[in-house]
Amino acid sequence: MRMWAQSHLCQKPQRLNSVLAAAFALAFLILGASQSASALPAFARKYGLRCSACHESWPMLNYFGQKFKDNGYQLMNDRDAPIWQNNGYWPVTFRFTPFWSRESVNRVATDQSPTGQQKITNTGFSHGGLDILSGGTLEKNISFLFVPSSDELGSFHFESANVRFDNLLNSPWLNVKVGKFELDSFISEKRSLTLSASGAGYQLFHFIPVGDGNIFGQLGDNQLGVEWMGHSYNDRTRLSITAFNSVDGSPDRPYGQNSYSWFLAGSQAFNTGKLGVQRIGGYAMLGQAPTMYYTSGEAPILGTGVGNKDFYRVGFEGLFYLGSKLDFQVFTQHGSDSAWFGQGYGDILGGANNNPPGSGTELPPGSRRPTWNGAFVETHVVWNPQLTIFQRSEWIRMSQQSTPGTPSNLGNIDNYLIGYRYNPFMTSRAGFAFHNEFSWFRQRGVAPDGVSDLSTNSLMAGFDFAF
Amino acid sequence: MRVFNSVYGCAGVLGLVLAVGVAASAQDAPDVGPKPPVAVKPMESHIGNLTGHAADAKSNYRRYCAGCHGDYGDANGENAVWLDPKPRDFTIASFKCRSTPTGTLPTDEDLYNTIGRGVTNSNMPIWNALSPHQRADLVAYIKIFSPRWEKEKAGEPIKVPAEPPVTIDGIAHGKALFTKLECWKCHGPHGEGDGPSAATLTDSKDQPIRPYNFALGKDDSRFKCGGTNQDIYKIFMTGVDGTPMPSFADVIQPNDAWDLVHFLRTLQVNRHGKENEVLSAAHGVIPPYVDKNPPPPAAPADSKPPGGGQ
Repeated sequence: MRMWAQSHLCQKPQRLNSVLAAAFALAFLILGASQSASALPAFARKYGLRCSACHESWPMLNYFGQKFKDNGYQLMNDRDAPIWQNNGYWPVTFRFTPFWSRESVNRVATDQSPTGQQKITNTGFSHGGLDILSGGTLEKNISFLFVPSSDELGSFHFESANVRFDNLLNSPWLNVKVGKFELDSFISEKRSLTLSASGAGYQLFHFIPVGDGNIFGQLGDNQLGVEWMGHSYNDRTRLSITAFNSVDGSPDRPYGQNSYSWFLAGSQAFNTGKLGVQRIGGYAMLGQAPTMYYTSGEAPILGTGVGNKDFYRVGFEGLFYLGSKLDFQVFTQHGSDSAWFGQGYGDILGGANNNPPGSGTELPPGSRRPTWNGAFVETHVVWNPQLTIFQRSEWIRMSQQSTPGTPSNLGNIDNYLIGYRYNPFMTSRAGFAFHNEFSWFRQRGVAPDGVSDLSTNSLMAGFDFAF
Repeated sequence: MRVFNSVYGCAGVLGLVLAVGVAASAQDAPDVGPKPPVAVKPMESHIGNLTGHAADAKSNYRRYCAGCHGDYGDANGENAVWLDPKPRDFTIASFKCRSTPTGTLPTDEDLYNTIGRGVTNSNMPIWNALSPHQRADLVAYIKIFSPRWEKEKAGEPIKVPAEPPVTIDGIAHGKALFTKLECWKCHGPHGEGDGPSAATLTDSKDQPIRPYNFALGKDDSRFKCGGTNQDIYKIFMTGVDGTPMPSFADVIQPNDAWDLVHFLRTLQVNRHGKENEVLSAAHGVIPPYVDKNPPPPAAPADSKPPGGGQ
């Protein structure tokens, strides 16, 4: 189930009405979009550990789980190779999330409203589709993750499909992963605790300025490429470099195949006595993506993207513990796209402006790079291993619009949520949680009237289980 | 409409709060079925400058340990039935990896090191991702399960003398001891864990147990209680409590133990180490051991003390 960030609602004001209508109709489709990496009871069954051993509250990893993942789904003992497993062992997990929710949008364009827009609220039951997660070791130090994922209607895609060669030359600093996978931010959206429609994803992982055509810079989308990752023996130090195609994870390369991006991440954890282990780090996503496409009969030809333009996302991230019951995740971002993206070139599938090679098209005078800053703070109160209460507050502020004269706050985002997750039981065989969450989202100036703010809120309660 | 929405909103918030309250009231609820809570005694651990407190480890014990070792430390966690070998039973306070004599309680540092090192050839993971304080707290916590910790002190750690140089004579002596002490009966003549007694071995809970297979060891090989020569020396002199591996502290001298260590390293034929280098220099042949300091010959049976005549 692909994450669908709220910022998508507003990237094309001219199509806003239809997008909003579709968004509203699909509220249940996006609600509960689970984060397809999640927790794997198959690992718990393999090693006999409870979910809580690797997850602060599943699917969010704790330090032990992060180390397990960084070792290629291995505990680094003699039980890692599959030869140790019972012949009946099946490295497969299913995740499913039935829920009830109340969704509300403050301004939806309708013919029935005298002002042309009105607030719409609805409630109902749904489910979040099905994730099938298969991961483990093919042999000692060769691991894999394969995640076919469906929406509610059973339409599948491959969220992840990769193989990793671990501890090459007997060194934890030499691990290579190839295929489609999540970028290596230790604050993982795929393992976020949040599920509601207005708060499931990190806005910063998918943010696209209003009118911008760059879909390629989304940290939260799994990408196709190769990753080198290294870490210290106890995983306190982590480094990684990823090279991937600028195709937003689409394996059929609809945009072209000659554009590459890079993702670099590094972090260091250190002990602070009774407070716990703190981790700080940074990341940089540096990329190029096409803005022009060859045409046939004036229709763009898929896969012919050229005219690469640049973009980048950089920031700091931190995981801070104040004792065993309270922790904070902090994530910051400074992002910038080429002015070409800012003027709507790039995502040809999304109806972006087309600029055939040789057409001589020039940018409007004064066009600038859209630039923004953002941050979120997510807090977890781990009441006990069965109950986690959480909140997240996220803010994105444009610092420069692509088109001069555009309101400076157009597209700014505020997103707040609060909820809890309760596991009625803890075993090494399955994960089951009752999840209750309320989230509120607002983006400036993107309502159907083109002036007002758009806000949504979501209240959801459901059962999240993996088995 | 506005009133209706307000009611909705209030109901939602109320539901959220109520549900949190209900869930919170279940804190530290038993995992499966009703069980009385475990009383946490005010046990402590002391590892260097660290002081661990049992009360601080209650959640982490449930999170990381109880699935195998059980809520009551009795090795009856829900996953224990599937494990081989079985997890430690903390209620009897018998531990494999110690620096203290056989039968005695281990030091806090022994337990701390075991948690951070893990136990190879078992399901016990390497818990070094936990912070030092978390591990120290867990050491204190596992003491609440046995009254031994209140009645006894940890044993005095044995002294590990400096390791002598590796020589082919020492290796030969170690081999002779390996035969004399009948290590081969369990570990096999080539250390492959296939001695004639191997199939009959059981641990203190009557569970089948396999002797260590030295031959599988490579450069990254680990033993249950550590991978250094000092760790192996300690195994000889303290034994592995709860298993058939005895302590040889009363049988052999420190230098004998070092020779045995060096010989055992040669059984790890795929390991690169000084012992195998010495063996290679001797063309891969361990010469017969010749005792250069034989005990004095016994007196003839018919001899008589001088001047002892009537």
